[in-house]
Amino acid sequence: MLGYIARRLAFLPFTLLLVAFVTFVILRITGNPIDIFLDINRTPEQVAELTSRLHLDEPIPVQFLIFLRDLLHGDFGESLQFNAPAAEVVGERVGATLQLVSAGLGLAVLLGVTGGLVCATSRDRAPDFVISSIAVAGQSMPSFWLGILLIEIFALTLNWLPTSGTGSPSHLILPAVTLAAFLLPNFVLITRASVLELIDEQFVMTALAKGLSRTRVLLTHVLPNAINPVLSFLGIQVGTLMAGSIITETIFAWPGVGRLMISSIFHRDVPVVEAAVFFVAVVIALSNLVVDLAQMLVDPRIRRH
Amino acid sequence: MRSPLFGKLTKIAIGGAIVCAIVLVAILAPYIAPYDPYQQNLAQRLKPPIWSGGTAAHLLGTDTYGRDLLSRLIYGSRLSIIIGLSSMAFSCLIGSTAGVIAGFKGGRIEQAIMRFADAQMAFPDILLAIMLVAALGGSALNLIIVLAVSRWMVYARVVFGLTRTLRQRPFVEAATLYGARDTYLIGRHIIPQIVPVLTVVATLQVAQMILQETALSFLGLGLPSPTATWGNILAEGSGRLFVAPWIANLAGLSIILLVWSINMFGNGLREHLDPKARLAPR
Repeated sequence: MLGYIARRLAFLPFTLLLVAFVTFVILRITGNPIDIFLDINRTPEQVAELTSRLHLDEPIPVQFLIFLRDLLHGDFGESLQFNAPAAEVVGERVGATLQLVSAGLGLAVLLGVTGGLVCATSRDRAPDFVISSIAVAGQSMPSFWLGILLIEIFALTLNWLPTSGTGSPSHLILPAVTLAAFLLPNFVLITRASVLELIDEQFVMTALAKGLSRTRVLLTHVLPNAINPVLSFLGIQVGTLMAGSIITETIFAWPGVGRLMISSIFHRDVPVVEAAVFFVAVVIALSNLVVDLAQMLVDPRIRRH
Repeated sequence: MRSPLFGKLTKIAIGGAIVCAIVLVAILAPYIAPYDPYQQNLAQRLKPPIWSGGTAAHLLGTDTYGRDLLSRLIYGSRLSIIIGLSSMAFSCLIGSTAGVIAGFKGGRIEQAIMRFADAQMAFPDILLAIMLVAALGGSALNLIIVLAVSRWMVYARVVFGLTRTLRQRPFVEAATLYGARDTYLIGRHIIPQIVPVLTVVATLQVAQMILQETALSFLGLGLPSPTATWGNILAEGSGRLFVAPWIANLAGLSIILLVWSINMFGNGLREHLDPKARLAPR
């Protein structure tokens, strides 16, 4: 098991190298970096300054190596909007994003697994039909519109919750619900499917036959076995979650990394965009690692490989 | 879940009918739309729709610049459908080519293509799209390319799996032994077999592409602002929620109606072609 963890950790730098490469290709090679970094009113001095700072007069492989060297030092360059190192600007927003993402994820897992269990235990009866139909319809719902609807209903009409911003715990409710909605339909459907696959297994029948209550069988025999597909799905969905947080933060003016990234794109603050993209990539890579390890803890069968 | 209420044929019929209706509206936009979607009329700004005190002159009301919302939504359907279909076609082309090659050749080529697909799968597609749009700018063509590039691996994975199993089937092996060339094998034996599955995946992906495009528009990274896209209208409306909630609501309803009916049609198609199919996450 330790060997597996070590191998996974050794793989991490390669993932990040790939991300660095993609970021470099997109922001430095696909277009003219001068056009991407500077707007139309640029002065020749700005162009010269940028050329020397990004080493644009060097051959492209050399530029990439310099880019990597700076990355290793956590140096993304100075932010053009905030007059501070880009890494620092992003670092200040990380807390807010992690708060939102963990609240949204927690809500999605809790409601999704519960919903999936209810569906599976009432297969083809009314609760299953209602919840699965909502989940399937939810796949068609643009989550950013859900966010706007929630603002209309709970903030503008009922006046129960604030429309946007941060400050009190009540500010977190609407953004967390919106973010959870990105994942919820899929969590319900995947839990439902993986429980249904188990429910006809012989060990479940044995447990029922020896007189355990249905709830007991569900919680101690079915759920631990069903949780693994849900976990691996969670690993795939971390990306969706981070993408969802970009949109959710924009809707609710939540001061996190995603909103910073979008506003930096409009201000052509490329160092901050690079740092934010890198932060998202690191979060995804690390959570995939955590999910893999969690799967090993939950399911002893995986440890042997 | 096989409910008697929504059999597969019902799904195909209802979903298909709504999609056809919307496509028809998009094609006939210049004849149906009561106004020019870009014509501003400041005397008529922020008029509510007819059911909440508006007049028949503007059935769905007007926006901040007095532009007719119904006309803007009608023209917006054109862009959503064109961008959704073309980016689907383009990413289907890239993805299935990569998938067929990986499944057919195996070995190093397979490793290279499929590991790359896995790596991109873990990276949020919208983040990639955001970076590409930021670098290239938001024209319709760029959007199509960006959306296609951010989703090709969905097709690659499905096609790869199918091609690999098909290649070992007796009729393909027999053709190989007769000395058939790779191009013939792929064109005659592989592609016809993957078309049904590919149709389902592609249909459902159109819906995803449309959602993605509206999300990019909403973030301000789609087609530039005065352009009537559903995402742009929704974004404009979200800044006017207190005075004119109907703008955001009607744009949102249009998006959900189109996406939902495409999904309905696609799910019905999948059940029709593969009766064992389950409700699946996307």
